[in-house]
Amino acid sequence: MLPLRGISRDDIIIKNINMKNTLKIGGKELKSRFFMGTGKFANFEEMQKAIIASKADVVTVAVRRVDLDSKTDNILDFIPKDVVLMPNTSGARNADEAVRIAHLAKAAGCGNWIKIEVIPDNQYLLPDNLETLKAIEALVKEDFVVLPYMNPDLVMARRMVEAGAVAIMPLGAPIGSNRGIKTKEIVKIMVKELSVPVIVDAGIGKPSEAAECMEMGCGAVLADTAVATADDSVLMAEAFAEAIEAGRKAYLAGTGGVQESASASSPLTGFLRDS
Amino acid sequence: MSFYQEIEKYRDFDFEKFFASVNAEKVQKIMQKDFLNREDFLVLLSSQAEDFLEPMAQKAHQITKQYFGKEIGLYTPMYLANHCVNQCRYCGFNAKNKIPRQKMTLEEVEKEAKFISEAGLKHILILTGDSRLESPVPYIIDCVRILKKYFSSIAIEIYALEQAEYRQMVEAGVDGLTIYQEVYDEKVYDYVHKAGPKKDYKFRLDAPKRAASVGMRFLNVGALLGLSDFRSEVFFCGLHAKYLQDQFPESEVGFSVPRMRPHEGEFQPKVIVKDKNVVQILLAMRLFLPKLGINVSTRESAEFRENILPLGITKMSAGSTTAVGGHTFENKETEQFEISDERSVAEIKQMLLEKGYQPVMKNWMRF
Repeated sequence: MLPLRGISRDDIIIKNINMKNTLKIGGKELKSRFFMGTGKFANFEEMQKAIIASKADVVTVAVRRVDLDSKTDNILDFIPKDVVLMPNTSGARNADEAVRIAHLAKAAGCGNWIKIEVIPDNQYLLPDNLETLKAIEALVKEDFVVLPYMNPDLVMARRMVEAGAVAIMPLGAPIGSNRGIKTKEIVKIMVKELSVPVIVDAGIGKPSEAAECMEMGCGAVLADTAVATADDSVLMAEAFAEAIEAGRKAYLAGTGGVQESASASSPLTGFLRDS
Repeated sequence: MSFYQEIEKYRDFDFEKFFASVNAEKVQKIMQKDFLNREDFLVLLSSQAEDFLEPMAQKAHQITKQYFGKEIGLYTPMYLANHCVNQCRYCGFNAKNKIPRQKMTLEEVEKEAKFISEAGLKHILILTGDSRLESPVPYIIDCVRILKKYFSSIAIEIYALEQAEYRQMVEAGVDGLTIYQEVYDEKVYDYVHKAGPKKDYKFRLDAPKRAASVGMRFLNVGALLGLSDFRSEVFFCGLHAKYLQDQFPESEVGFSVPRMRPHEGEFQPKVIVKDKNVVQILLAMRLFLPKLGINVSTRESAEFRENILPLGITKMSAGSTTAVGGHTFENKETEQFEISDERSVAEIKQMLLEKGYQPVMKNWMRF
């Protein structure tokens, strides 16, 4: 056995990970790469417990749900004070509406982070990338920290980054579909090419799928439906947190290459040995 | 294109023959599908499909949980006036019925709004009878201006308007329209709407379209169950909802299952729609249109409303009264129909929490 010379095995691992593991967005250093949604829970207390169990540093809330007048039903009262609040523009059908919702969020004291959701289609809840880009351009000028939800598209994502988006949030599958990372090939390219973190948002149904996103090098994963609608949402939040951490570690460790087929026993270039 | 053209396609369709051709195998096959077409929907509305209510319920529950989570939106109706010029045979507000007629003054609207909002409700549905003379558009808009101070979402359930009038409503702050066709069978429609502007079937049918085309966010359709054969009625209502979803993807479409309640007037339900039938309707609708809002009012009993919660319900009314000024007037003799679930908002909230659902008091705002 090799002598550890006063350093424990855990120290080495933690040091290694911390060196590369902090996610920086909008001037904030985030320890957790799990972003949590707040819709669809059975009650606010359960949502609060799930957020705590998830150890998420960033939590998104639909501005339309915030009721500042209510003493008992204001969702913001149930969100831990130490997390970064990322209000979202759910309900916006175009850039103008997204901008107006962002203004309401700021006026309601929700900080300056904003997740832009521009969805003109209530059937599939697929976002409008062009209107999203316009909203980014307007809100970045007003010093918002802008994270756009988008349909995976490298060219559009580049434009969004140029416009000032601090991260890009492509969908893995339609919102709430629990279908997993169906857009994998495009998201992989985006991870490779973009200079900002890629956060998979929407469609992730299981912790293993979240881990898969992280193994691909995504900056973070946002989940809501999969946690909120689980029979035990608190336990599911924990499971996601662990899977996301495991996926990140695997990415940092460097996963082995995957062989698409077995090595041929009669290689086509075998004859070269003879020359 | 009017939805009327869709209805026309079924003018010679033999529903009886279609239903006679349904067998268990057909139903089972549909249960395996991810997306249902119109024909599948009609199969699920057949009497043969009644043998499959449990598997249909399991699937409907799963889909609803996935799309809507463990949340139920709450709202309450507010009757502004009950003056009416129509003679709908099934309605308590029928112009020929000798009932006290009232209309709230703006001061009374404010008092009522304040009272309702104290229970925490943020979504309100305002209703009037059909009287352009007594409850004209400017009066309703004046009421909306007051209600905006208390509610974050305002829906209207009033007489069918022209497109320009819907635009005025949207600009004033109305975001939702509830308008039931009542009955899709044109002949029955003509019979039950004895006289009055509501007699115009096509004008009413295209009301949600006119509203959506000027930006109305929430559209709610329905057929009054009991007026005609419920299987074909619900089929057309489902197609109407689907038509609106397809034509106006920016709007959210909802559906209600109003069953006729006892009321003032001689006309009683022609068809008795049993609990089992309502359940089948809800399930078929959910499986056909997974993203459809499904709304159940206090016409139904407390027990039944609780039982059908997991079957696809997304919205409920609470603390309802169907009388003009029902919360603050001393005289409450103007009911449109008798409500069945008389629990308060607080009681409904408590019930939902106990059943594992979050009562959602606010899920919209004007921006």
